[in-house]
Amino acid sequence: MARIIGGVTSSHIPAIANAMTQGLEQEPYWKRFFDGYEPVKQWLAEVEPDVAIVVYNDHGLNFFLNQIPTFAIGCADRYENADEGWGLKTLASFDGDAEFSWHIAESLVNHNFDMTMCQEVLVDHGFITPMALMWRHLPKWPVKAIPLVVNTVQHPLPTAKRCYQLGQALGKAIESYPEDLKVVIFGTGGMSHQLQGERAGIINVDFDLQCIEKFIDDPEWLTHLSNDEIMQQAGTEGIETIMWLVMRGALPAKAKLIHKHYHVPISNTGAGVVVLENTQEQ
Amino acid sequence: MAWKKHEYDDIPGTYVFDGRRSHQGYALNKMAFSFNNEENREEFGRDKAAYCSKYGLTDAQTAAVLAADFLSLLRQGGNIYYLAKMTTYYGLSIQDAGASFQGISTNEFKTKLVEAGEGFEEKLQKLGGYWGG
Ligand SMILES: [Fe+2]
Repeated sequence: MARIIGGVTSSHIPAIANAMTQGLEQEPYWKRFFDGYEPVKQWLAEVEPDVAIVVYNDHGLNFFLNQIPTFAIGCADRYENADEGWGLKTLASFDGDAEFSWHIAESLVNHNFDMTMCQEVLVDHGFITPMALMWRHLPKWPVKAIPLVVNTVQHPLPTAKRCYQLGQALGKAIESYPEDLKVVIFGTGGMSHQLQGERAGIINVDFDLQCIEKFIDDPEWLTHLSNDEIMQQAGTEGIETIMWLVMRGALPAKAKLIHKHYHVPISNTGAGVVVLENTQEQ
Repeated sequence: MAWKKHEYDDIPGTYVFDGRRSHQGYALNKMAFSFNNEENREEFGRDKAAYCSKYGLTDAQTAAVLAADFLSLLRQGGNIYYLAKMTTYYGLSIQDAGASFQGISTNEFKTKLVEAGEGFEEKLQKLGGYWGG
């Protein structure tokens, strides 16, 4: 049976992708941020996942505003990255696992999550940045990847609670797949930041750290906040942090903390990394 | 017929991108979306006003595009992620745009970000267990 070995949260902002392309990891501005990923890479090398499910939002590469699914899943054997007009380097394509994706989609729909199934997905910086953060040191991507796309762009967005529940259903979907696969889930985006308007540039360290602490031990905490409250605290783009809950919901309420890391500012954001391992017997 | 009021309408200096704004900015964002394609960016560069009219932008939106006035575009329904494709075209980063929203320099904007994070390492130490303390 497929098994969730754990989850990782990560920022996915394009400034990080650019810094990696330009090899700036050891520059003073970036060093502490990137060094804090070394234990994540080490953990991944130890647990050797076969599949990574990457929870992220599309920022206007694959989906335009003519049709925005609330929750979508890639159901293909291959995913391409492409020019999104942000001046980022286009990365090598990613192998998918269509059979596994369709199983997940079916299971989610049967558990009342009406997913949009996509047989082509152009994956943008929200997907490629975490992948590169974890595995750019390898000659090729060591896992198959499955994009799980959440609308955090055009309101109304799903609630934090709904994201958490999607994660719970995702956990069931994964663990009911008959193939022996080790699955890791990346919950990406956030943390506090606002890119738009005169309020641009807010960062809320206390809220970010509270999110991280609760995320680990009290995963339902954020589900009690409305999206209005989260935007008040974390900024309009900080709302992306609700995507972490998809990852968190897929893991047991008690999971083993492997690593936590926080750095600020990274471009306009507070950047949080949490690695949780699933220690529950199946 | 009326657009519903939301709690988030009261957050100062903030233009939450909802149905109302997405409706208002549809043509503008569609034009920005076309910037995913390099040929389109080049076509825009050859005659910006003509490109705006091809996408059906209003006169006020067109004027703001020509002036690279991103705060005005935000107020006219532009979505920040789509506008970023346009700021990139103009050689501006998202931080340059953020600074322009407040009428300050990019360096001042960056300083504000550093200040907002000040003391975070002591907070991590207090909480305990963080990488690098
Ligand atoms: Fe994002």
